[in-house]
Amino acid sequence: MVLDLHAVRATGRLARANPVAKLAAAFVLGFGVALSADPLTPALVLAAVVAALAAGGVTVRIMLVRGWPLLVSAATLGLTTLLFSDSDQPWLTALTVTIRVFAIALPGVVLLLTIDPTDLADSLVQNARVPARFAYASLAALRLLPLMAVEWRTIGLARRARGVDAGRNPAARLRLFAGTVFTLLVGAIRRGTRLAVAMDARGFDATGPRTIARPQTVRRSDVGLVLGAFALLAAAVVGSSALGTFRPFWA
Amino acid sequence: MSHPHEPDLADTGPPDPDSRGRVLPPATRWRTVDIVVAAVIAVAFGVVFWAWNHLWTASGPAFTAFPPGQAFMYGIWLVPGVLAALVVRKPGAAVFASLVAAAVSALLGTTWGVQVIWYGLLQGLAPELVFLATRYRRFGLPVALAAAAAAGLTAASLDWFYYYRDWSTGWLVVYYAVLTTSAVIVAGFGSWALTRSLAGAGALDAFPSGRERRPV
Amino acid sequence: MRGLDLAIEPGERVLLLGPSGAGKSTLLTALAGLLDPDHAGDAEGRLTVDGLDPRATRDRIALVLQDPETQLVMARAGDDVAFGLENRAVPSPEIWQRVDAALATVGFPYDRDRRTDRLSGGEQQRLALAGAFALSPQLLLLDEPTANLDPVGARLVRGAITAIQRTTGATTLLVEHRVTETLELVDRVVVLAPGGGLIADGDPADVFARHGDALAAAGVWVPNRPLPTRRARPVRPDRSNAWGGATAEPDNSVVTAQDLLVADRVGFTHRGTSRPALDGVSVSLRAGEALAVVGPNGSGKSTLAAILAGLAAPGKGTVRATATLAGADARLPPHRWRAHELADRIGTVFQDPEHQFLTGRVRDELAFGPTRRGEDVDAVRRRVDDLLDRLRLTPLAEANPFTLSGGEKRRLSVATALTTDPAVLVLDEPTFGQDRRTWVELVELLAAHRDAGGAICAATHDEAVVTSLADRVLTLEVRRPAPIPDREVAA
Repeated sequence: MVLDLHAVRATGRLARANPVAKLAAAFVLGFGVALSADPLTPALVLAAVVAALAAGGVTVRIMLVRGWPLLVSAATLGLTTLLFSDSDQPWLTALTVTIRVFAIALPGVVLLLTIDPTDLADSLVQNARVPARFAYASLAALRLLPLMAVEWRTIGLARRARGVDAGRNPAARLRLFAGTVFTLLVGAIRRGTRLAVAMDARGFDATGPRTIARPQTVRRSDVGLVLGAFALLAAAVVGSSALGTFRPFWA
Repeated sequence: MSHPHEPDLADTGPPDPDSRGRVLPPATRWRTVDIVVAAVIAVAFGVVFWAWNHLWTASGPAFTAFPPGQAFMYGIWLVPGVLAALVVRKPGAAVFASLVAAAVSALLGTTWGVQVIWYGLLQGLAPELVFLATRYRRFGLPVALAAAAAAGLTAASLDWFYYYRDWSTGWLVVYYAVLTTSAVIVAGFGSWALTRSLAGAGALDAFPSGRERRPV
Repeated sequence: MRGLDLAIEPGERVLLLGPSGAGKSTLLTALAGLLDPDHAGDAEGRLTVDGLDPRATRDRIALVLQDPETQLVMARAGDDVAFGLENRAVPSPEIWQRVDAALATVGFPYDRDRRTDRLSGGEQQRLALAGAFALSPQLLLLDEPTANLDPVGARLVRGAITAIQRTTGATTLLVEHRVTETLELVDRVVVLAPGGGLIADGDPADVFARHGDALAAAGVWVPNRPLPTRRARPVRPDRSNAWGGATAEPDNSVVTAQDLLVADRVGFTHRGTSRPALDGVSVSLRAGEALAVVGPNGSGKSTLAAILAGLAAPGKGTVRATATLAGADARLPPHRWRAHELADRIGTVFQDPEHQFLTGRVRDELAFGPTRRGEDVDAVRRRVDDLLDRLRLTPLAEANPFTLSGGEKRRLSVATALTTDPAVLVLDEPTFGQDRRTWVELVELLAAHRDAGGAICAATHDEAVVTSLADRVLTLEVRRPAPIPDREVAA
């Protein structure tokens, strides 16, 4: 697996929506569905979400490509529930878990595909009042991620060159792993310290206000997105209650 | 390995006068280097998590896909928060680093999408409360272990809420126990030992956690 | 650093020299107003910029450091230049004009949206310079800006610095290793003494004429001073290329008795790219011979080094060891050997010495290889003591390897590769950023290995290594369509 943050970026209206709004919508949907305990409510939400995403520019193909690990994990969880639960309807319970877990996470997985990290940082600072220093320092650190991935491999090779490899022995593999983590962290912290000096040299630690080079606005459609998430949840609950299947998790 | 003994107390004792003789309050404002290094630790662990997953997929899906195995391996996911707090020693370090680590996982395309952010937030908040309880004055082994245990219990509780609501009590207890043990060993003892080794390597010279390194 | 008395006038362009540890970087950091009072260390004396404490004048000062990767903050080039402007609360409408002007001044070859992780080292440093220039500095502090770059990148960065100096008339204080090439950027040279004070201060030609010997002995790269030559055999002038060394013969059809490793038409393509990093390279490493692998950035030098060292499998072609090197294991290619077998036959020295450190003490690092091989404890100790002595590392025997200086770490990493007595030594940019003294020591170490019958393969863009040490040179070329021409700033 190649560590690359600039993976599939869906085009369309969803891509242009405000990042914080997208995040909020995903959280609302996820948390809302998590509160339910029946199989129908999540299923309704899921169907509606897939339709809405497709309308917003994310093709079903992308959803499948990006969503299948989630589906597999959800199914595995269902299987686990089957094994470890003591309910009197194990298959129904397992199915409920599978659908619910999938429905909680899918909107988030897909919406993430449409979020650029820089846009997210800008939006968090401008629209969600996150302190600029924390947001942009995190963004700067994030830039070092591909470098550190390469470094991980290089450190492993360097150890091989010195005669250290783990083969099949699990204890040896763990020791090698721990040593590599240590070396990676030394380099990472040193780099971080230097990066901090460079950022301060460019005025990052000034106490006054910062100006904005890339404005992130909250449009009516963005507010609509979040409200839509609430509405979707409400509709699913109403629908499920009407059919008599709705059950919150505390019931 | 030659480690100088690192005192448990953070050096926020009686404030020293600065070069002009004014007495300043103990530094609780985050310097840029504090923020960047806390974030960098989180990002570095983004790489570590990826490599950790790789390491374990070789041991077969039966172990990695199922909860007992996952609980056993869980400790490492809790390291960034505790480690950042031990290194940077500023209020909020555990929450911040844990959040950033979760965000990195999400951006890399984790299976679970943005929901890991909740995990990051709460898994960082728990140790943060432990450090807060010591008024950010103690960063030795006992606090590290307690912080890690708190993180572990929180993680297990989140898993219960999201995935394991329907388990029998017996299995839940086992899950909690295995996970918390993994947390205490890896994220508690491991983070503490790692901090000391990093200090010995001179990587922490910009921080109070590295200040006591013996010059050679 | 201590006991320093120095005055610099506005508009002066100064080169700051001195051996490692003399405090050049500390001085620059202090001038930039960035010396952290919390950081380990104490301060004495007075340091002012424009008569004020540097912390008060920080908005007039720009600092550019040597590692481009840890200076860039944003994912897109334009955003990175805008970063400093945002911090200084430059009004939003003005920001992008100044960004574009800065990019043009340094000759940045791409537009604003270029991803910063898709830039070469030289392009990244020019971007960092653009970021500094955009803030209209009156004092420009440059801490080894070309140290991490290949010669081409370094030249372009120097061009960008000249452009900035001409446009702003800023006072410049520059720390650099490559003195010869940097002289065109400065009119005054200041040399710090280790332990305190100044050795020299004044016109460059003057300073080098009077103090050249002392400076060279202290590790400063004094211009026009020849380096020792350690070639095994004389150069054949009729086949010399621009580097002054012989080109490698391509005939590997005959395996001579001296061959240790033979690479036949090796090719390699990195995962996720379409163009091969290496294609059809054939070379052999021979006992008692030093081979230099040269070529511009992107020509595959490091890839070839990794393949020869048994750390990567070739995508095409083969690498085989001879029976002389590997005995019965010669039938397996090196990348299939177990690590301990590999370390006994081929030693590798990486670009970053820290990647190879395994223990917490210098002494343990040196003892690691022999101990792993099961040598007798006393024999190991004697060997380690001898090595520590030869490398002048004895006072640091108990120190953590990570805390050593750059030159010490480099010496240690070469030494640890040699402790397992490999016949072949592969090095990736061994003289990267070294001062003169370490450089000479390193070349001596390598020459000794070669003269004792070992083989050396060094991937390098340091011309001096080629002229001083290499018996053969393999030149790799970049096979790609012509890149976007760099807008070289008119001199």
